[in-house]
Amino acid sequence: MIQTSDRFRDHVARALTDDNLKVALTRTTGLLQTRRKQVIDEYAEYGEARKRAQAIKEHTLNHLDHYLEMFEANATANGAVVHWAQTPQEARRIVSEICVAAGAKTATRVKSMLGEEIGIAEALSDAGVERIETDLAEHIIQLADDPPSHIVMPAMHKTHEQVADLFDDKHGVAPDSHDIPDLVGSARRELRQKFLNADVGISGANFLIAETGATVTVTNEGNSELTCTPPKVHIVTVGIEKLVPGMDHASVFLRLLSRAAIGAEITQYTTFYNGPKRQGDADGPEAYHIVLVDNHRTEMLGSDLEPMLRCIRCGACMNHCPVYAAVGGHAYGAVYPGPMGSVLTPALSSLEAAKDLPNACTLNGRCKEVCPVNIPLPDMLRNLRARQWDANLPTRVSKAALGAWSFLAKRPRLYHLVTGLGVHGIRLWAFGRSRIKRMPFAGGWVKHRDLPRPEKGSFMQQYNASLHATRNRK
Amino acid sequence: MTQSEKPRVALFVTCLVNAMRPNIGFATLKLLEDAGCDVDVPEAQTCCGQPAFNSGDDATTRAIAKQLIKTFGDYDYVVVPSGSCASMIRTHYRDVFKDEPHWIEQQSALSAKTWEVLSFLSDVMKYQPSDVHYDGLATYHDSCSGLRDLGVHDQPRALLNGVGGLKMTPLQDNDACCGFGGTFCVKYPDISNAIVTDKTARIAATGADTLLAGDLGCLMNMAGKLSREGREIKAYHTVEVLAGMAKGGGIGGAGE
Repeated sequence: MIQTSDRFRDHVARALTDDNLKVALTRTTGLLQTRRKQVIDEYAEYGEARKRAQAIKEHTLNHLDHYLEMFEANATANGAVVHWAQTPQEARRIVSEICVAAGAKTATRVKSMLGEEIGIAEALSDAGVERIETDLAEHIIQLADDPPSHIVMPAMHKTHEQVADLFDDKHGVAPDSHDIPDLVGSARRELRQKFLNADVGISGANFLIAETGATVTVTNEGNSELTCTPPKVHIVTVGIEKLVPGMDHASVFLRLLSRAAIGAEITQYTTFYNGPKRQGDADGPEAYHIVLVDNHRTEMLGSDLEPMLRCIRCGACMNHCPVYAAVGGHAYGAVYPGPMGSVLTPALSSLEAAKDLPNACTLNGRCKEVCPVNIPLPDMLRNLRARQWDANLPTRVSKAALGAWSFLAKRPRLYHLVTGLGVHGIRLWAFGRSRIKRMPFAGGWVKHRDLPRPEKGSFMQQYNASLHATRNRK
Repeated sequence: MTQSEKPRVALFVTCLVNAMRPNIGFATLKLLEDAGCDVDVPEAQTCCGQPAFNSGDDATTRAIAKQLIKTFGDYDYVVVPSGSCASMIRTHYRDVFKDEPHWIEQQSALSAKTWEVLSFLSDVMKYQPSDVHYDGLATYHDSCSGLRDLGVHDQPRALLNGVGGLKMTPLQDNDACCGFGGTFCVKYPDISNAIVTDKTARIAATGADTLLAGDLGCLMNMAGKLSREGREIKAYHTVEVLAGMAKGGGIGGAGE
């Protein structure tokens, strides 16, 4: 997708007037919060697992070169062809070339955010291959021609009522009814034959296991298995940070991921892909390619953005973000929305291209609280603001306002004089009323809420006056 | 207890309380004295530097932090009627001194003795109010910095338990942000409005006549929205109720 984070404010204005979006977001985020809390409360070892997960990721990132080479050797021994791509362009070229060489006409695809990040859709269209999204939500947004708005539930921005209308319009055979099970049945009917006829299956991976060379997918719909097994060619595109050393380590994350993401103890399908079809296997692809993608990840190693490489893409941060719940994922104008996206987007593009994202955050800290790998998202967003400040990106108006305030804050006497005058001024402006509804230079505040009339005199003025009075009495 | 045994406490009023609601400062002063503290209000205090810090201006934050260290460094405790400003000093000052290690000792000392008022009264002074009365049904919003950075959750409830006549009713999503976020609410007013609108709907749904919290910024945001929506729910900082100083129409001017 084309990044439009620089138009964040326009996207927000549109999102806030979209009533369907509000309904869709409120329904989903509320449910996800309740479910997550329930399963986490029941998981007595959660705190310990979270610490262990963080430690495993930190260890793996510290020895990333070692484990990547181990993964490559083991995956190759399993019969995989391992490719390395430093940029999205390289990754797209590799995918296109594999498709062309296989003479592919159609490709089924399992949802993968890395696939969105590198532009799989573009790679397939370059190779003249029809793309078939098989995840239910991805199928919806492919029909609607929308980008994903959430990293786990890409169609979160749509209500089921909107989906029903869309399926009526686009499916070969319309759904039997607008009930959710019939909508699912309709998508199944639409997709079943396409699964079986596809020439190439493309997936991402939730984890890479260095010791065994396996790629792991965690899904609920079974579409991963139907995408990766029937076609002659299976391509995995995956970010290098998805690596863990061994199976034991992966199991720590499997426990955390489904709980954090959807509030379930486990997902319906967890599959370990260990190579192409072997002699005697009933099914499986003849060729199995793994494309390991860097795309700025090695630049983040060793920087203050490194903790972001621990991310397991569960989406809990966005499910608990008040800003995300208000504006939805599309407002961010990037592949990754919400708090994790606001950290990642500037790292994957530039500070300037994603100027609003680190700022459009109340720093309430709930994202960090629910993060299963304890990524300090609010601190990282704040650090990005500091980088912006150093790069002189804030507007002149906000710099001037902050400059005037800090000039005063560094001069206590002047500060108290000006505060006292300011309080007096606001009281005069209130014209005796207790609430102020309009005021110059406070438009951002009084547009939506009243400002109380301050008391007569600042605290310091009142306090000094009372001290003075006490002394005089003595 | 003799005068010399009393802990020497400096009250850091915060810029919002200083300008907009001095009553919170006086209520804090009264509670600290009732709890047995020897309280001083240093005149050279201004702001904790949070607006600069959250805007990414680390140099200004550092200058303000140094000034605060000099002004407050000699007291036994620094007490702040705000989880947000207390957390700025307690947990975030260290972030701006990474490149000035010779300041870290003084900074750590100040951070360690800085407390949010409700947790200070409850955890350090073991204070419990007596002879205070407030007639009303109140609901409580847990402001984010106090809750997540400082663990302020049980203390205000325990303290309010000692207030005669006060009944409490739980607020759904009491730990969700109100949409204030400091400069966020004026930089992104429409997003902030969407968030606070959800919050005031939750507050109204409790049926409470009073909203309590521990941060004036959040309280002004919620009270200002309640007022704009024409809801007659009074908002007070928790210390105002605890000190028996919750008089008048409250922070949003309800009922005045």
